[in-house]
Amino acid sequence: MVGNRHACSLYLLIWFMLKRNNIVKFKEALIERLLLCCSLLSVLTTAGIIWVLLSETIGFFKHVSVIDFLTDTQWTPMFTNKHFGILSLLSGTLVTTFIAIAVAVPLGLISATYLSEYATDKMRHIIKPLLEILAAVPTVVYGYFALLFVTPLLRQFIPGLSGFNALSAGLVMGIMIIPLVSSLSEDAMHAVPMGLREGAYALGSHKIQVAFKIVFPAALSGITAAVILAVSRAIGETMIVAIAAGQQPKFTVNPLVPIETITAYIVQISLGDTPHGTLEYSTIFVCGTTLFVITFFLNVISFKLKRRFQEIYE
Amino acid sequence: MEQEIIIQIKDANSFYGAKQILKNVTLNIPAQTVTALMGPSGCGKSTLIRCLNRMNDLVPRFRFEGNVLYKGIDLYGKDVDITDLRREIGMVFQKPNPFPKSIYENVAYGIRIQGIANREFIDGIVEESLKRAALWDEVKDRLHESALSLSGGQQQRICIARALAVKPHVILFDEPCSALDPIATAKIEELITDLKNNYTIIVVTHNTAQAARVSDFTAFLYLGDLIEYGPTAKIFTVPQDKRTEEYLTGKFG
Amino acid sequence: MSSRRLDKKIDAAFKFVGLAATLFGLVVLAALVIDVVSDGHQRLGWDFLTSYPSRKPEQAGIFSAWVGTLWIMITTAIFAIPLGIGSGIYLEEYAKRNRWTDFIEINIANLAGVPSIIYGILGLGLFIRMMHLDRSVLAGGLILALLILPVIILSTREALRSVPSSIREASYALGATKWQTVRHQVLPAGFGNILTGVILAMSRAIGETAPLITIGALTYIPFLPTNPVAFNKEIPYIHLSLQGFLDPFTVLPIQIFNWVSRPQKGFLVDAAAGIIVLLTITLAMNAIAIYLRYKNQKRW
Repeated sequence: MVGNRHACSLYLLIWFMLKRNNIVKFKEALIERLLLCCSLLSVLTTAGIIWVLLSETIGFFKHVSVIDFLTDTQWTPMFTNKHFGILSLLSGTLVTTFIAIAVAVPLGLISATYLSEYATDKMRHIIKPLLEILAAVPTVVYGYFALLFVTPLLRQFIPGLSGFNALSAGLVMGIMIIPLVSSLSEDAMHAVPMGLREGAYALGSHKIQVAFKIVFPAALSGITAAVILAVSRAIGETMIVAIAAGQQPKFTVNPLVPIETITAYIVQISLGDTPHGTLEYSTIFVCGTTLFVITFFLNVISFKLKRRFQEIYE
Repeated sequence: MEQEIIIQIKDANSFYGAKQILKNVTLNIPAQTVTALMGPSGCGKSTLIRCLNRMNDLVPRFRFEGNVLYKGIDLYGKDVDITDLRREIGMVFQKPNPFPKSIYENVAYGIRIQGIANREFIDGIVEESLKRAALWDEVKDRLHESALSLSGGQQQRICIARALAVKPHVILFDEPCSALDPIATAKIEELITDLKNNYTIIVVTHNTAQAARVSDFTAFLYLGDLIEYGPTAKIFTVPQDKRTEEYLTGKFG
Repeated sequence: MSSRRLDKKIDAAFKFVGLAATLFGLVVLAALVIDVVSDGHQRLGWDFLTSYPSRKPEQAGIFSAWVGTLWIMITTAIFAIPLGIGSGIYLEEYAKRNRWTDFIEINIANLAGVPSIIYGILGLGLFIRMMHLDRSVLAGGLILALLILPVIILSTREALRSVPSSIREASYALGATKWQTVRHQVLPAGFGNILTGVILAMSRAIGETAPLITIGALTYIPFLPTNPVAFNKEIPYIHLSLQGFLDPFTVLPIQIFNWVSRPQKGFLVDAAAGIIVLLTITLAMNAIAIYLRYKNQKRW
């Protein structure tokens, strides 16, 4: 009897342990699936973006020819004489982007070189996060600053400057993306192995020679990745240009007059009372597609360059 | 060799990518003894010990062929639950790696994750394990301080106590003293000798003197081959293989 | 010899130029803050925080705007934080290195760089037209959640990567499963850095304007979303409601944008005052994040 009871409780114990292990295994598998689902959400997001953009864009191109869209130099969807030439919006985007990059790349790269090669560790730890605050300021604040501080300031030197213009919007946008350039470039330069530098120093080189002849070329793909990402960011920036650059689509490279960027146009239509479902309304999706395609290529190129750089040095 | 054999390694081959690390290693480890795995760096001794609790499963591109029998059960068999296995065969690592938590939580962790929440029971095991690891007197008044505040030697003993808490039968030590100073090393070695009354212990070391001091059996590995295996006294006094002799006399390693 | 002396001079000059270039952005930031404060400080006050927008600039306030920002942030956090951290855990701890994981990674890198206004268009198509959520708190919160998701994923991954693998090994060696290891050791060890990333992502969401404009978030909202907890005199005295999530809203940056676009000088002052509030929130969140990152740096 006693032996029997023992066997019975042993059996129960084994059963319990097996069951417990099964529960644990089930829980493990369940959690892994759940986490997988979380990461699939990002794929769904991209799919959603492409689906929303394409479904409206295809409808739009049933009414407007692709050739006209790409070659017409006027953008007047709201007028009776409608023109749908993306060039005039694209030129606005490119002018502001060019100005922003002209500010952010030199300043960002010089400061990255300084932080990576000249500054002490302590300084780097203080200055880097401070610089990143520049990217944390809400863009609507930069818009206000461009419209009400930078433009009036510039007008004292450039009398012909309009109240809305690409110049001040571009300049302020450039300030905003400095940390994007400097931080990523500095990471790249910092990752260049000390050995490369020491070799040059041993030959009696100065810091500046080491920085520009050794470190800079070695980190070039990482730096290029940063610059491309900055271009992508400038092209997609919305509020600064919507507030300070104007709402007049114009096929021009003159930075002193009001223009309109692709992003600012989307804001303009969203704020207006254009009825949903009309050809005029579908223009925001077409603009969105244009924007998405351009930034997509830039982002992917930047990602590939950055990865190639990491494979070399990490 | 009258002792019961607790672990049998049969024709163990292991690969990292295309590179072969272990070559046909066959080895029987007796229970309740200290076995030292010794050899120059890159000989595969760490890989071998990590095959015994399947720690290498975590390494991508790692492949193992052969059998490891623990009490007659194939550890690489299909039905083996890897978490159960690791409770039976504990491990202490090269560098002390306490969790960034309190001393108490470090030792209690292994029991807690088995679903045990009884406070008194856990308290008892924590105390018992710390005593066995010869650390209780040093830390009993600060059990809830961070384990990272302890010295290197104390941290390593926390790691030993942590391994003891889940009541393993075998404990693997992967060069447990390589990051410690001589005094801390002496303490750990003394502890290993004490523990062998209750546990089977396998120690990886590249320090021949340490192998001689702590172990009953010694295996010498070289470039993935098991060169020689036997009672420590015999290996150190009358090595059979020329390479063992050269290693022991410091000609390489 | 003279060329070497020249190099030395250039070297010394660059030290100066480099510092100047680095500080330039900060000088501009200081100018911005001074400009905004001098423009807007006189409007700041209790009335400004507790008044609804108005046709008269001197009576207008940001009550509905900051309450709306709070609602949107809570909604965004509910969705973005668990999903982002979960996804980061999967990619860093579970996913095997293969082409599919590679694809997900490129995808997330791209999403992190997609212009925010595109997320607005996505929300317009998905939440407004397909799900008919209207211009609600829920729709706005979901859009911002999708927007900051890649940021949280990337910072979670980075935080987990910085947890030494010896911690994982120690946990596995004690018989812990993968999830136990992640849940009890890796996540707590990386918690500080994950929190930093979450705070920075939320601070970005607070300042976002464009995607909410795209879904047509109204700018003139003289009321608040329905209170989730209401008290009344009848049993059971407390009335809970989720209606607020489906109510229309405005947020601080939209209110500011609305005022900036008005021609009257008075509204520009309101805008500056609103900016002071918005900047205070974002800069405070960034300061907390910087402090946390600094505190977590020295652990290993």
